[in-house]
Amino acid sequence: PALGLFLFTIAHDPLRIIVLIAGAFFWLASLLLSSLIWFITVKASNPQDEPLQKGLLIFGVMFSVLLQEAFRFLYYKLLRKAIEGLVALSEDGCSPISIQQMAYVAGVGFGLMSGAFSMINLLADALGPGTVGIHGDSQLYFLTSAFMTMVLIFLHTFWGILFFHGCEHRCWWEITAVIVMHLAVSGSTFCNPLYMGSLVPSYLLMATAATWAYLLSGGSAQNLRRFLLCKS
Amino acid sequence: MITFMNNSDSEEEPCNERTSLMSAESPPVPSYQDGLQASEAGEAQAHRKRRTGSSRSPNNIADGDTSDSGVPVRESVLENEEEELTLKYGAKHVIMLFVPVTLCMIVVVATIKSVRFYTEKNGQLIYTPFSEDTPSVGQRLLNSVLNTIIMISVIVVMTVFLVLLYKYRCYKFIHGWLILSSLMLLFLFTYIYLGEVLKTYNVAMDYPTLFLVIWNFGAVGMICIHWKGPLQLQQAYLIMISALMALVFIKYLPEWSAWVILGAISIYDLMAVLCPKGPLRMLVETAQERNEPIFPALIYSSAMMWTVGMAKPDTASRGPSQQTWDAAEDGRENHRSPLHADSQMSETRSPVPTRPTTSFEELEEEERGVKLGLGDFIFYSVLVGKAAATASGDWNTTLACFVAILIGLCLTLLLLAVFKKALPALPISITFGLVFYFSTDNLVRPFMDTLAFHQLYI
Repeated sequence: PALGLFLFTIAHDPLRIIVLIAGAFFWLASLLLSSLIWFITVKASNPQDEPLQKGLLIFGVMFSVLLQEAFRFLYYKLLRKAIEGLVALSEDGCSPISIQQMAYVAGVGFGLMSGAFSMINLLADALGPGTVGIHGDSQLYFLTSAFMTMVLIFLHTFWGILFFHGCEHRCWWEITAVIVMHLAVSGSTFCNPLYMGSLVPSYLLMATAATWAYLLSGGSAQNLRRFLLCKS
Repeated sequence: MITFMNNSDSEEEPCNERTSLMSAESPPVPSYQDGLQASEAGEAQAHRKRRTGSSRSPNNIADGDTSDSGVPVRESVLENEEEELTLKYGAKHVIMLFVPVTLCMIVVVATIKSVRFYTEKNGQLIYTPFSEDTPSVGQRLLNSVLNTIIMISVIVVMTVFLVLLYKYRCYKFIHGWLILSSLMLLFLFTYIYLGEVLKTYNVAMDYPTLFLVIWNFGAVGMICIHWKGPLQLQQAYLIMISALMALVFIKYLPEWSAWVILGAISIYDLMAVLCPKGPLRMLVETAQERNEPIFPALIYSSAMMWTVGMAKPDTASRGPSQQTWDAAEDGRENHRSPLHADSQMSETRSPVPTRPTTSFEELEEEERGVKLGLGDFIFYSVLVGKAAATASGDWNTTLACFVAILIGLCLTLLLLAVFKKALPALPISITFGLVFYFSTDNLVRPFMDTLAFHQLYI
């Protein structure tokens, strides 16, 4: 689905592609920093201590989430300045791409990169002999991974919209809500392989974020009805 | 093996020269540039990374490059129109470069992942005589540094030789060289590549069919590259050639040497293009003095180009007469081709470049493109291919390098917009790529592995 989103909404406009790749780059940079921190903490600690390692991992995950949001904020700042530049450059005084579109594309960029990093090794292994999870892990590994990745990509997209909207209108609570949601989703994955605990809340959160973002982008129940019934 | 190595050896020479030529794209004409500077100044401050700014420069540079002979009035008229069009074209040009670079990388990565031939170590090129199979780390490092020094000096010598040839107008010689190397590349390397791919997939093919296929492929390639052909076919051939060349590099360069060479080449690129006495810069200036387009070595152009011959006499198709250049060979060694946007290229066949003045008028309607040297393609693909071949983190590292290179390309195009002259395309991208490769391989990979193991998501 994320790829479909990409193809239909982004691929035709070069500016959006650039924003997308830049978004992916920012996510990557945040991942780099967070893994650097995690690596340092792991190296500095005792590798034999299991609970400590688990604790460090949790710390790493949380820290990474915070860093991701921080990078999203940086990216927002960059895009703001870019919009000013675009407006100055264009001949009729308005930017060819609005901040909301950018928010959407940035969110997709983040999401795609995060999804790709989560899934791609899995997919590559899936092509090989069927030895994943042979040690008694859950049989649903692939399926749940797929769903989780998808929900995460969508969530990133919606968070992008919400976050940028919050920054635009200085609604701090929106921003904090996004951060809290992200932390919650990541935290819920700690319950894996008890999949009930992670997938369901994630999907619920995604539905919430989706409606919120939709409303923020100017949609409403009427628009939705009109769209679904193919009225003009 | 030996014959192969010899061939590739001889091939490298043309490549060296060619790429050096390539990189020397003529910078925009000073007069035009001055005019543009004023208008650019306003935009320049609004620039951020990978924004439309980059779009401006290619367009501007394209205009500038066309010719300085003459039509300053027309230039100024066009200038204004140009600026308005730049915004529209800007991001588009970046994408026009993204797509071929991406395609080339995809081809290289796909081949590396599937065909085992290219990851087996079967000897080294004569340019990298020191082996890396040494017991100690220090020795290995020393060997790779020595390899790099030899390779870089070979490239420098070739570049200087090429510049001298160009200075003394030995066009025939250069042409012949280009043709020879592209011939070899198209036929020999394709034969080997096809052979390996068929072996991997266990597909039987008889010699007559093979001969037919390769002959057709090579003949069409030669025509497309050196003469006229549809733009997309030309671009496709250039991409294929770059990929083949990159594969050769990946196979025959020992590990550490490859990384050190990548780093050293970007530094060399930087110096050769920007230093006043650098060979590439001299080439560019010479071409500018003579008011002729830089010798068409390997350059990938993202838009249609005029051929001088066509522009002159008459009609000339405004359209798609492109020339493909002998990309591979040149590109290989030199790719230090600075990025440059130039919409005019001269025919390879007609060595004496005629004044492209007449085509200038038609420029306004033509779609300008950005040009990127094939050497850049090749080295980007080498980086990504090496990441795919040797990284234990597999796809994550490859993906990270890919994104890093694309971002580097964006930044370079942005700088092109700001500076409006020929710029080296390698340093920023290669630096990003190297940084991301090493950091992803060593830092991110264990993190992601542990996360995936516990099925945690961040």
